[in-house]
Amino acid sequence: MSSNTAPVDTKKSAGRRSIFGSGKNNLRQFGILFSLIAIIVLFQFLTDGLTLSSGNLINLVSQYSYILILAIGMVMVIIAGHIDLSVGSVAAFAGIVVATSMAEWNFPWPLAVLFGLLVGALIGAWQGFWVAYVGVPAFIVTLAGMLIFRGGNQFFGNANTVPVPEGFTVIGAGYLPEVGPVTGYNNLTLLLGFLIAIAIAVREWRSRRVHQTMHSEMPPLWVSLLKVGLLDAVVIYATFLFAGGRVGTSFPVSGIILGVLVLFYSFVTRNTIVGRHVYAVGGNKLAAELSGVNSRRVNFLVMMNMSILASLAGMIFVARAGASGPQDGLSWELDAIAAVFIGGAAVSGGIGTVIGSIVGGLVMAVLNNGLQLLGVGSDLVQIIKGMVLLVAVGVDVWNKSQGRPSIIGLLTRNRKASEPPTPPPAVLPDAGTPASARPADNPSN
Amino acid sequence: MAVEHVILEMRSITKEFPGVKALSDVSLTVRAGEIHAICGENGAGKSTLMKVLSGVYPYGSYSGDIIFQGKEVRFKDIRSSEAAGIAIIHQELALIPELSITENIFLGNEPTKWGAIDWVGAKRTAYELLARVGLRDDPDTLIKNIGVGKQQLVEIAKALNKSVKVLILDEPTAALNEADSQHLLDLIRGLKGKGISSIMISHKLNEIEQVADSITIIRDGRAIETLDIAADGVNEDRIIRGMVGRSLESRFPDRTPKIGEVFFEVRDWTVQHPQVSERMVVKGSSLTVRTGEIVGIAGLMGAGRTELAMSIFGRSYGNFISGRIFKDGKEIELRNVGEAIDHGLAYVSEDRKALGLNLLDDIKRSIVSAKLSKIAVGSVVNDAKEYSIAEEYRKNLRIKTPNVEMGVSKLSGGNQQKVVLAKWMFTDPDILILDEPTRGIDVGAKYEIYGIIQALAAQGKGVILISSELPELLGLADRIYTIFEGAITDCIDGADADPESLMKSMTSAKKKVRSI
Repeated sequence: MSSNTAPVDTKKSAGRRSIFGSGKNNLRQFGILFSLIAIIVLFQFLTDGLTLSSGNLINLVSQYSYILILAIGMVMVIIAGHIDLSVGSVAAFAGIVVATSMAEWNFPWPLAVLFGLLVGALIGAWQGFWVAYVGVPAFIVTLAGMLIFRGGNQFFGNANTVPVPEGFTVIGAGYLPEVGPVTGYNNLTLLLGFLIAIAIAVREWRSRRVHQTMHSEMPPLWVSLLKVGLLDAVVIYATFLFAGGRVGTSFPVSGIILGVLVLFYSFVTRNTIVGRHVYAVGGNKLAAELSGVNSRRVNFLVMMNMSILASLAGMIFVARAGASGPQDGLSWELDAIAAVFIGGAAVSGGIGTVIGSIVGGLVMAVLNNGLQLLGVGSDLVQIIKGMVLLVAVGVDVWNKSQGRPSIIGLLTRNRKASEPPTPPPAVLPDAGTPASARPADNPSN
Repeated sequence: MAVEHVILEMRSITKEFPGVKALSDVSLTVRAGEIHAICGENGAGKSTLMKVLSGVYPYGSYSGDIIFQGKEVRFKDIRSSEAAGIAIIHQELALIPELSITENIFLGNEPTKWGAIDWVGAKRTAYELLARVGLRDDPDTLIKNIGVGKQQLVEIAKALNKSVKVLILDEPTAALNEADSQHLLDLIRGLKGKGISSIMISHKLNEIEQVADSITIIRDGRAIETLDIAADGVNEDRIIRGMVGRSLESRFPDRTPKIGEVFFEVRDWTVQHPQVSERMVVKGSSLTVRTGEIVGIAGLMGAGRTELAMSIFGRSYGNFISGRIFKDGKEIELRNVGEAIDHGLAYVSEDRKALGLNLLDDIKRSIVSAKLSKIAVGSVVNDAKEYSIAEEYRKNLRIKTPNVEMGVSKLSGGNQQKVVLAKWMFTDPDILILDEPTRGIDVGAKYEIYGIIQALAAQGKGVILISSELPELLGLADRIYTIFEGAITDCIDGADADPESLMKSMTSAKKKVRSI
């Protein structure tokens, strides 16, 4: 590879392009993360420190965990190129069935939880069947589901409220219990927080190790240290806030359920074959099928998974409220969908992440919570939330059409390490291509 | 040379994208009533130049002047360039499939009478326009019901309706078969007689040689030279020399085939059209492939080449009716793509953007996407393995990219095609079906892809090569099947084949298939 038509230009242009292009989605999520921090700081200031108080944080987590759980399922549905409008109704239906099972059929509550998940799975299989195997668009199937299961809830409960027993409320209103010596803090919450802080450091260290073995670009050490330092500072600060709340409260159980689900689904979407297939089907269904992906199965699974998570969200809500009612889960689907799109997913499918959706959901949650703390009426809250959704996605679309990254994007761009020297081809015999006959790789055309 | 009337002049056009200078100081002069070809490798800047001319990149986003009919023009969008009389016909056709020919011709330009669209007048004009481009279809026909060749003609009719003076054609014959291409070229020549100049971008050098009056060659964003066909005695080799900077001694790498025994066989393959149940798109076709052999399939567009290939590849096209597949002496059944991959088949589609790649993905994910299980433990994908495998292919196939984390949408056509090839090589296939593997790829990358194909055959794999370009089949294939209306009509030894005999078998069903 002695001579090339335009080696210097080619490298440089392509390198810059990758910063603008392939990392775009990450950049957007960084942007949203910064927005989240900005909103928190703003409300912390406006509410005289009430936003980041122990009581409010605990409340925030238990009040929005079920929306965030829905967002996890929703982002997978949206990546696959669909939408699910039925999640609020499915949650309400699962909630009333579970409440009834305990109140009237005397199910013990752990069994009732499993029963609720089963109900969710059956509903999901029903909707997945129509979407994947009959080919009805998910918008229609779940619009129908929205009516069917809302009606189902009222039919099943005779439009009444069904209370749930004490034990069941743990999953929605419970906190990490007090154990060990009296420290003035909730010990389990402290332990959890410290474990997370350690895990963050270990993860960064391991990621550097992997980069090293792959000889790929790696940020300098101080960037890693700064990153871990900042994250751990945030985690430990939050830990003390959660652990130091009113006696009897600490980190909510629903928050733990949420955390486990986030870790699990992040892993599934990023690192497993099924996860790859979801992105493949959403990105280009025909190409995925010609690569051996069973797109029907993928569509069926994401729809089914969504309904299972919806039933879980419904149960957590019922547990928190202490009863299941006919108005549960109203317009949850819209909150979940908004979270996913603010978090960087594309309407056309193929793009989105679990973490991004969680951050997007937190933006909405903090906004909602902060405005309520300020005593803003629900009319204005809705208007503001609507505007935030529109502006967040609008800015992104506009940025994309301009073909340039945000300022934040430029600050966070990857640094390119020098490439290892290119050894001669191993598989191919040198076909004797005249060097000048090789294409100049200018992707602009 | 007599001083001829210059209709269009582009002076010192420079256009930059962030980090890339796509065009630097390019000048172009087009005379009235000439066919001016623009040649260059992919990425040389041809399409960018035409986008500047047609207002896709508005005035102000580039530097330099455009003089049209003696006046400087500053187009702010396509509409303003069309109003001036410059129309562009893009590589990807911009027709709406669900609308009729008439509706498409008048889209955005609807004739009105008292505020309502005058469909009677529109249809009458459409008839006249269709007659001018030699299309005899009913103007009420929906676009989706006519072939690509005819759609191309409708695009030209649409341009004629706007009283065009300069017609820009970006790869007009890329998707057309030989007959349709010829018709189109004749039409462009006819328009020239009526004083309409054409600017034609094409990779098909023989066509350029055939119709163009002058050629401007662009390389790396610069205009290298402008040749006058009549005066300069231009031939294909001369153009290639300009495009790549030196001449190519041979357009195909040397190869000594090492052909073994028959190990793959398709017998009496019959497939039904997915919608029209009485139509058989593949009829009783049989073929054999030997180890280390490159088997060509020649046929006109619509003859059933792709249908045959895709239906073999796990019934991914049409409804399977009958037929048997044997591999290594055993009969196998491929009911879906997954089974086909497991049995060592690979299919590189003719449409890499629609069927070959997920354009949202990056290079490394694309390369492993057809056989994730190979780098997964249980269901968990091993990222480090993925990266090192992608790196290996990047080096071996010379995929031009700074790193394998780059999005495939950012690559040029030739490099995208290498990614697709890598994706299928990664599945360790025994049989590779390559459907138009060099479509829309420039000369240099073609040569490299030919090298890859030959290397695969040298490893003992069987390659089935489908191509519209007869020289490509003649240059690569050891044996060529011809297909006509879904049936195999002949099987010719590569050494004995010539374009005339192939074309004869591709256009008639009379011959019997010789067995090997």
